[in-house]
Amino acid sequence: MAVAPQTLGPAPEVLPETAAVHWRPRADDARLRRLGRLWTLTTAAHVVPFLGAAALLIWLNPLALPVALACVAHAWVIPELYAQRGANVVRARRRAGDGPERRALGLLGDLVGHDARELHARTGLVLEPGRLGTWLVGEAGALLLRGDRGRRVHCYCVRVDERVAAAAELPSGDRIAHLLLALRADEQGFATIANLAFSGARWRLRRRLKAPMRQAIDAAVAGLDRRSSDRA
Amino acid sequence: MSKLIIMDHTGHSTLAEWTPDDPVAVEAAVQAFREQLDRGYLAMVSTGPGHAEQVRELPLNAPLVILRLPIAGG
Repeated sequence: MAVAPQTLGPAPEVLPETAAVHWRPRADDARLRRLGRLWTLTTAAHVVPFLGAAALLIWLNPLALPVALACVAHAWVIPELYAQRGANVVRARRRAGDGPERRALGLLGDLVGHDARELHARTGLVLEPGRLGTWLVGEAGALLLRGDRGRRVHCYCVRVDERVAAAAELPSGDRIAHLLLALRADEQGFATIANLAFSGARWRLRRRLKAPMRQAIDAAVAGLDRRSSDRA
Repeated sequence: MSKLIIMDHTGHSTLAEWTPDDPVAVEAAVQAFREQLDRGYLAMVSTGPGHAEQVRELPLNAPLVILRLPIAGG
């Protein structure tokens, strides 16, 4: 039986930088869900043995309470350290001079809407709704809020390639503009190139962020809520 | 008037300005565009809210073409 040739639409734009990470599967919704589950399992694998050991020690001998408490502390600290690693991806970097920063912010402001501009002024992060979730883009990393009310956050370490000499001198606004343009051109490619530093509960990450950046998380959640109610 | 800008240590610099009906300005813009692509820059054009596109030829009708550096995982 003859098969009619399929009509293909234009090939989706793929970031050329993905060639540098050719071994990574292209990020998509299913892959991000799998990665999220894997992070949850890894966290459980770190936490459960310590909690189990604490319970066992107390059951064997109540005098072992101090050691049991140390085990519980380990079970608490390890996920916190991972969350801190996630928070570090959006930590503010060294600023360039006032003039270049202002000029760079002017260009960034032209790329985003009024609300995103205002949020960036308060928090240092640019909110960008995407197909994989809602992004908060910083100078050297991005947060992706996904799922129901953004309960899961993926923290990506991604930046202007510093092997290029000119990259080191870029003002903060330009660094964000670089990431934003790449994200807008190919969201899946962007998530493929970026290194995943943490994936976990939003509340765990939120407490590790500085107060202004928590407002950006809240704004992203509000945006997700609006999108959900628009779809309903 | 269309603009070709490059993000650099000053915030950004304008490399060329042109209108499609000015062949001299267009030629200068195309040359500046190719030089930067040869240096490893990538050219981007906004294609609507939340959308951008990478271009390999200078789009003469685009109001703004932005040159960016490649990105990498940190």
